[in-house]
Amino acid sequence: MSNPLEDMEKPDVIFCIGTNMTECHPVAATRLKRAIANGAKLITADPRRIALAELADVYLPLRVGSDVSLLLAMAHVIHREGLTNQAFVEGRTTEAEAFLEHIEKFTPEWAETITEVPAADIERAAILYGKAERGAIYYTLGITEHICGVDNVQSLCNLALMTGNIGREGTGVNPMRGQNNIQGAGDAGALPNNYPGFQSVLDPAYQKKFEAVYGRKVDLELGPTKVRALEACGDGIHAMMINGENTVVTDPERHHCEEALKSLDLLVVIDLFLTETAQLADVVFPATAWGETDGVQTNTERRVQRLRKAVEPPGEAMPDWWIVSQIARRMGTPGFGFESAKDVFNELCELSPLYAGLDWDRIDRGEYHWPVPHKDHPGTPILHQGTFENGRGIFKLIRYRDPAEVISDEFPVWLTTGRRLPNYHTRTQTGRAAGIDYLAPGERLEIHPEDVVDWGLEDGGWAKMTSSRGCMMVRVEANARSPRGTVFTSFSFNDAPVNVLTGGGYDPVTDTAELKVCPVRVERP
Amino acid sequence: MSTNGTGPTIVLDGEKVAYNPGETVYEAATRHGKDIPTLCYDPRLEPFGGCRLCVVEVEGARAPVASCTAQCQAGMEVRTRSARVEVHRRTLMEMLVSENREVDVDELTSLASQEMTELVDRYEARTGRFRGRQSGASRPDDPNPFIMRDYDNCISCYRCVRVCAEQEGDYAISVKGRGFDTQITVEFDGHLKESACTFCGQCVQTCPTGALGDLKALAYRDVAGETKKTRTVCPYCGVGCAVDLLTRGNTLIGVQPAMDGPANKGALCVKGQFAFDFVQHPDRLAHPLVRGEDGELHQAGWDEALDRAAEGFLRVRERYGRHAVYGVASGRAPHEAAYTMQKFIRGGFGTNHIDNCSRA
Ligand code: SF4
Ligand code: SF4
Ligand code: FES
Repeated sequence: MSNPLEDMEKPDVIFCIGTNMTECHPVAATRLKRAIANGAKLITADPRRIALAELADVYLPLRVGSDVSLLLAMAHVIHREGLTNQAFVEGRTTEAEAFLEHIEKFTPEWAETITEVPAADIERAAILYGKAERGAIYYTLGITEHICGVDNVQSLCNLALMTGNIGREGTGVNPMRGQNNIQGAGDAGALPNNYPGFQSVLDPAYQKKFEAVYGRKVDLELGPTKVRALEACGDGIHAMMINGENTVVTDPERHHCEEALKSLDLLVVIDLFLTETAQLADVVFPATAWGETDGVQTNTERRVQRLRKAVEPPGEAMPDWWIVSQIARRMGTPGFGFESAKDVFNELCELSPLYAGLDWDRIDRGEYHWPVPHKDHPGTPILHQGTFENGRGIFKLIRYRDPAEVISDEFPVWLTTGRRLPNYHTRTQTGRAAGIDYLAPGERLEIHPEDVVDWGLEDGGWAKMTSSRGCMMVRVEANARSPRGTVFTSFSFNDAPVNVLTGGGYDPVTDTAELKVCPVRVERP
Repeated sequence: MSTNGTGPTIVLDGEKVAYNPGETVYEAATRHGKDIPTLCYDPRLEPFGGCRLCVVEVEGARAPVASCTAQCQAGMEVRTRSARVEVHRRTLMEMLVSENREVDVDELTSLASQEMTELVDRYEARTGRFRGRQSGASRPDDPNPFIMRDYDNCISCYRCVRVCAEQEGDYAISVKGRGFDTQITVEFDGHLKESACTFCGQCVQTCPTGALGDLKALAYRDVAGETKKTRTVCPYCGVGCAVDLLTRGNTLIGVQPAMDGPANKGALCVKGQFAFDFVQHPDRLAHPLVRGEDGELHQAGWDEALDRAAEGFLRVRERYGRHAVYGVASGRAPHEAAYTMQKFIRGGFGTNHIDNCSRA
């Protein structure tokens, strides 16, 4: 997030797109609800009539995967109405001229034909955000899990840049991170394009720096993303180490994924449970869990916080860092003499300019937001204040593209996926917590009540759902949150493996799978 | 502590002290080290003034004043512990006790659950001087596995209703009736599950009497040992709510929100509050496993398993080259896991064959 969580109570206009925040980030949502109670206006764009839609002043029920056209039209209206923040655009951005010319043809009427949202509502939303004193954008995977995920994010940045809603209190472009430490995994360098601290692997200066750290030559090119690596299993990739991820269930195209992992010479899995993925491994290591290990975690607002050990792990389970270090040592790799989580974290702080002012003891109370470039620095709750990291904010010329697969006579229904409040991901954890089943006993396919009738289904009965890749059975829930022609399910239950169906395409830049859009057929079994 | 600046002041138990404009008498007094009892007060909520336990004497006022709602005014003379207010408070406590079942509230009930009990003891209020009637009927019929609804202990401080509305923004519970007929309830007097309740547990944690209780923690009440608290952060979403883990011996028995948690200020959701016990599930892996000749996974010692992994990686590197190895780090594990994973790949193989699970 460009701005801290406490800023969520400060905007006068909030724009939520592709985020079911009340279910996925409930505690953050309480702050938005408070802002709304204090008079802030809310724009919600989401294909489903989620709770944030009920709270909205303007609700934009866009067709799944049509976000770019909506955002282009909003930019069009903002400029047409003279709401562009000229001072900000001139003072802090580049490529504005080309951008403003680019958006001229993308009228709300054009967008209506793609998004199925009335042009008048797109105008209302654009004017509301365009006139905001402090306009803040919030989004999650509903924006990124598309073949055009990067385009979606850049379209949002364009809106913030043209209205100057960035770099100030109560504004910003704010992705809400879904996993407790997904931010931290990136901070620590577990990325194919960046060393720790987001130092590019393509930058010769950083290559030198890390060659010295590792005492060896390093590759000068990017690594493949996980998606590409899975594709190359058995053909280029022959050994994998997977830490704490149930790849088989979370990734699209489940059958391919299983086959890929089976074709490896060596699969090593470090996890808490014998997950579907661990069952395929040659060696499985038992890791300590939350509550059993000391460590560090960064939240969605870049706040670096300590995790503390409260109980002993079961049996012989050991911390992940210890396991990885032991394997490295046995292979003769230098630099793995760590004796504690503290040693590991402090080494990261030495190598990451974003953490240069931090160390294990300084983050004891969790008060720092990175970047913290030196020891006397107070941290950076708000990014991009006064200047952007790379100088000026760059407008990007984005065009709308259809999803990788669109509905057809054979697959006439849009399927979109997400999480529900009580469960988390593949339930390896919530599924093993007493009582959670009371709230969510099993997977349900949410279908508009009229579609349930039209398709010859019954509320609570079974439906067969088929995509071009696979087929599954799932129970029906008649629910008016789904619009006509669009159905929703989570991916939390192994007996309803929705990712057998998904996976039509990937964002060309990030290789993020298009999990949010999949044409399907839904019928009586 | 007296004032040397030029800001406004009040006289607190005979001493001139500064206050911040807009501060209530209660806030100023506690900031200056006074101990004023409260029951309906929760610093996160709008002042309510319902229980009147926080009364103080204000010079010139006829009756004692509720300090949690009264604003400081320049020159105000306040007495926080005079005999008169102490008598008043004791009488209030005696009346409250008469309306409540006389039970000791288990400390695992919730974060605030001891507030009432402590005040009963402090004012030695179990005198039987009043004969009250319980207000509120319990709901042992609510089958939800998280929240005990024992309204026999309810004192109508409305902290639950207010926290649900003001903090959680869910308006799931409300107040019905008045006086002895007051009842905290949900729509149609039903079960919480049928209401707007999200089971965030905030009402439980702020209840000062144990009328609302954390059933998951209470299930561990027979575990022996002293209850210890360890500050950590929730393991689920990216908000990063700070929590205190409750443990006895080596058993995790519950979670309480950290009121001073920088990201959550005392709030949690159903997962953070109630989904902690996966940690001690019998399915947890306790030993390394290695695939045997028979194609099955078998329990193995650390040495054997680590060697198997290390030799396996070396063999693949030898056979297919250093680009044949790939690492997938976790977005759930701490930094140290991701950091060592990427170093394992970069330092061990010189490649950038590392990613994390954010792409799925
Ligand atoms: S658990 Fe949360 S949502 Fe439910 S009644 Fe209590 S405060 Fe309201
Ligand atoms: S308590 Fe809920 S909102 Fe807070 S970090 Fe955990 S999962 Fe996220
Ligand atoms: S605490 Fe002031 S009236 Fe209850």
